[in-house]
Formats: sequence, C-alpha cells, structure tokens
Amino acid sequence: MARNDNRGRPDRALTAGLEDERTAALVALPSSAGGTDSDAARRSDVDAWGRSERARRLIRRLGAPAYERWFRVEWDGLGKIPRAGGALIVANHAGAIPADAPMIMHGIEEELGRPVYGLADNWFRTLPVASTIWSRGGGVAAHPDNAHRLLHDEGQLALVFPEGTKGPSKHVSDRYRLRRFGRGGFVETAMRAGVPVVPIAVVGAEESMPILYKSSSLARLLHVPYLPVTLNHVLFGPVLGTVLHFPVKFRFRVLDPVRFEVEPGLGRYPRGRVIDEAEAIRQRLQENLYEMLAARRSILFG
Amino acid sequence: MGRRILLTGLDTFWGGRVAAALERDPEVEVIVGMGTGTPSVELERTEFVRAGNSYSLFSRVVRATRVDTVVHTFLVLDSSAMSGRALHETNVIGTMNLLAAAGAPGSSVRQIVVKSSSLVYGSHPSDPAWFSEESPRTRSARNRVERSLCEVEGYVSDFAEDNPGVRVTVLRFANVLGADIDTPISRNLARGLMPCVAGFDPLLQFLEEDDVVRCVEFAVRAAPPGVFNVAGDGKLPVTEVASIAGARRLLLPPVLTARAAAPLVRLGLLSLPTELQDLLRYGRGIDTSRLAEAGFRPQLSSAGAVQRFAEANRLRRSVGDQLPRYRYEPDVEAFLRRSPAVVRDAEPAPEG
Repeated sequence: MARNDNRGRPDRALTAGLEDERTAALVALPSSAGGTDSDAARRSDVDAWGRSERARRLIRRLGAPAYERWFRVEWDGLGKIPRAGGALIVANHAGAIPADAPMIMHGIEEELGRPVYGLADNWFRTLPVASTIWSRGGGVAAHPDNAHRLLHDEGQLALVFPEGTKGPSKHVSDRYRLRRFGRGGFVETAMRAGVPVVPIAVVGAEESMPILYKSSSLARLLHVPYLPVTLNHVLFGPVLGTVLHFPVKFRFRVLDPVRFEVEPGLGRYPRGRVIDEAEAIRQRLQENLYEMLAARRSILFG
Repeated sequence: MGRRILLTGLDTFWGGRVAAALERDPEVEVIVGMGTGTPSVELERTEFVRAGNSYSLFSRVVRATRVDTVVHTFLVLDSSAMSGRALHETNVIGTMNLLAAAGAPGSSVRQIVVKSSSLVYGSHPSDPAWFSEESPRTRSARNRVERSLCEVEGYVSDFAEDNPGVRVTVLRFANVLGADIDTPISRNLARGLMPCVAGFDPLLQFLEEDDVVRCVEFAVRAAPPGVFNVAGDGKLPVTEVASIAGARRLLLPPVLTARAAAPLVRLGLLSLPTELQDLLRYGRGIDTSRLAEAGFRPQLSSAGAVQRFAEANRLRRSVGDQLPRYRYEPDVEAFLRRSPAVVRDAEPAPEG
C-alpha cells in the first residue's frame, strides 16, 4: 500500500489501473463536492466529509481478520444492494460496542467496491481521537441535510441504524427484539432523496457483546449514551472486555429494497405514511430475524 | 449617471481594499468612505469622513451625499481585537444607525451590501456538514462576536423586509487567509504555529483575501438580493492546514482547553479567541452553491488560499514587509483632491 503514497491526485488514475483497482476507485476525488477536479495544493486525501480513502484501506486491512476469521461474516442477497446510485441501508443494531456497523461497511466495500458512509449520532463528534478515526473511516453525523447530500447529490451508499442507541443498549434478555425505529426519519430522508431503502437483517451481533447490566445514572454523569456491564467485562476484565467481542458467527441477510412511490424533494411528507412505511420495514426485518434465528444451530458456528 | 457609494470602515483592511477596487470602476462616480481611524491604503478619489465608533452621523452623511449604495465592510469578527462593549457598539449599534439612515423617508439608498461572516452559524457537534443560507444555528450564540453578528443580520433582514425597494445583499465569508489580512488563524500561522485540540482534526474552509474583495465588487455590481455563503472550494483538516502552511501543530488538551492556552495567549504567543475554540474542535462547512448560481466563484480553493498565505509568509520572512507603510496626511490628501494646481486626467474627474 506504501506505493500509493503519492500525495497528489494526478497519479491516482494510474494506480487505479494497476492492482488495487477496486479500492483505489472507491471514492471520487476529494474535491468532488467542491468542484475543481484536482487541487494541486492539497496534501491529504481527506474528502469533504472527513473520509480518507487511505485510512479506509488501512481500517479494512486491519478489519479483515475480524471479518473473515473472527466473525466469519456470511452474506445472503448481497446482489440486492444497488451497484450504482444512492441507497439508504438500514439494519438492526446490537452489542454493547456494536461490531455490526464496521462489518457491514467492510463487507460492502470489499465485495461490491462501493464506499459506504456510516451515519451515526453526533455524540461521536465530541470525543477526542475517536471522532477523528470515526470521521476518517467514513463516519458522518446523522443530520438530515448530510444524509440528503450523500444520497441525493452524491449518489452514495449510507448506512443507518434506525433504532439509534436503543439498539445496542438493550439488555441481553431483549436480544433480537427490534426497538422503535425512531420517528421514521430515515424513511422521510429516503423519500426526499428519491432513493430506495435497503434493509439488512443482522444475526450474531447481539451475542458478541451481551449486556448484563447498565447504569443510567452513571451514564448521565459521564455524558455517554449508555454505560453497560457486559459478559465480556465479567470474563475478560474492564479493559479487554470493552474491546474483545465473542467470536460469534455473523450472518447478514439483505432484504428486497423498498422504493417509495412519492415525489422526491418535498419539504415534508405525510407523517402517517412515513410511520407506516417505517413500521412495515421494521416488521419485515423482525420476521427475517426470527426466520434466521430459527435456522441457526449454534451461536458460535451459525 | 454614475453610482454613488458610501463605504463603512474605510480605515480597516477590508474597507481600504474594497475602496481601491471600486475606484478602478469608471461607473462609480463618487466613493465616500467613513472610518474611525485614518485610511491605511493610498486612495485616489475616495472622500474620507472620520466618524465615531457607532456612526451616529450616518443619516447626515447619507442625506448630504445622496449615495445610492451602502457597502458595509465594518463588522468586527475578532473578539481579541477590542472589548466586548466596543464590539457591540461597532457591530450592532453601528449597523443600526446605518440602516436607520438608509431607510429614512426620502432616502436615496437603493442597495446595501453587508460583509458578514460564517461565524453566524457557530460551530457545534450537531451541525450539518454544510450550512445552507437557510440553515438555522443549532445552538444559540454564546460568544459575543457571534451574538453581535446574529443581531446585526437580524436587523439587516428586518430592513430588507421593510424596504422592498432596496436590494440587500449579505455575504457570509468563511475564514479568510491571504498575503496581508490579519486574523487569529493567520497570526498563529505566521508565528509558525497551528493550535489544535488534541484528538480533533476538524474540517475548515478558507477564502483568499482577493476573492473577498472580488466578491464584494461583484455584489455591488450585480446586486443579487439575499444572503450568500462565500468560501473556497473544498475543505481541509486542520492538520493539513498546518502542513501546507509549514506550521507546527500546537496540541492543546481537549479538556480545559482555554485554561491551558491562557498563559500562551497572555504572553502573546498564541491567538485563541473563544470563537476559534469551537471551530478547532468541530469545524464548519458552508454551502456556496447559491452564490455560484448567482454568478460568482472564488478563484482559489480552500487549499489554494492556505498555500497563497504560506507563500506570502515565507516571502515576508526572508525579505520583510515590502511596501512602505502608507500614512494618511489629511492636508496632502485634500490638496491632491481639490487644488487647481493638480493636473487631473481629462476623463470625468469626480469633483467633490
């Protein structure tokens, strides 16, 4: 990868042809949002969202063992994810420190060669170090304007977890029971941008870091969304238990994309319709989760 | 008939630069510049009026000169430049007096251009990556520069609503860098330091100073009504700004940032006004597509502006300030403008 360390963009087209074809061409040039095609004064490849393709490549390389050996991710229906144009990917979210988001991003980027921007709570932006890694790795604050720009103006893939923090913060006894999908904001965003919603049912993340207990008063005190005590903490201690997930088999099932037959670009969409669509997607995800769980023979081996 | 323009803040960097640019335009018949100090740029035909901080004499000047355009470049954006009270007086009260004069019954003013700043959007983790001109602030302004600018813009938009016959343009500029402009960021970079909050590497936008002057000129000429964001293309992480400018990063702790920086600020080694502290954490982006549609695009990108600054800075470091500083001599200026002994061009020489 060191050979790609040309700090200019001009050579990018050359390296793209050589070997790293897929990954090198993942993202348009950094200034694509700005306008000028090549900006000779630039020194890094950080794009206008904060994402760096070089950082992504490093993260993918470090994440490959987790994806291939630890969680042994298996996809079903990967072909349903659009190869071009914007799409909003939604999934169920689980595990105290959820591993599903990086695994989905890793998988789509590796298998389809398309960049994925992960939309997440803007709480991430307040954290030193983590905010920078998150942003360079393709994280974007989940603001409706940001989502619209990504999906509509730039035709990118964006990943969002409609349950928000209610997903990963749930107790182990509630596993695989989908929480409320917010107020259906993701449906409205997709309607406005005129892009499909692609739901992904995730099995495995729940058991990778199950929550045994959580303290809401301590969480408030520390300004974090939730403060869990996980089985991993109990077995591996407070430090290792925070980062080490159980080697659970991950299965991702991509469901049929949902297209809304509405006029894009409106300022507001009927509340009722939005809620109904969001609820329908939630239902379908829930049914698929039960189906996948019924077929699962072992938590560790799938 | 040529245009008659009143310019505020002639003694400031922007006022002087804009006046010099407008002087070159043959369509501009008269330029009257107001300021609290003396002009720092050599001007050919701009008439200078010295006025108090809050411009309480505006209405008399406007009535006497029958100007059709007011260019308001005198908003203070750097809270370390003056006390809170003086800043309020200059920004808020000054603008209020200006608008009162421009909106008085029988006023000759038909166009107003206000040089504002993207500081009106603030900087907060819940901000969108790009602010459009309609995006509201996500948090109300807490530092005094941003608060005063928000109040100013409120007055301006009320004025535009009350006076449909006047075309009002508000330009919100991103952080400016260039060969001559002095801002907290440029001051730090000129010392070879870029303050950073450890663990944060936010994205910033810049605009080159000549593009600012060009943009004000464009607004005076084309008079696009409404609010416009102005920034160079693209965004840069702070670390890249430091690297292009050849500055060392000065890491400040993420907690008690201002407290930790205070001794350095005291010693004059660092400029870190409150409005910069959030920016260095969360950054800011403004969407400039509306201005592009109106027909203006900056010549330099964000990275280009930083590079231009870096080049000027390196040049200055090796040869020092090149131009001898201009000093305003009232008698000489009056002589040059009015004495029959001075040979002027046969072209329409604007007589006072």
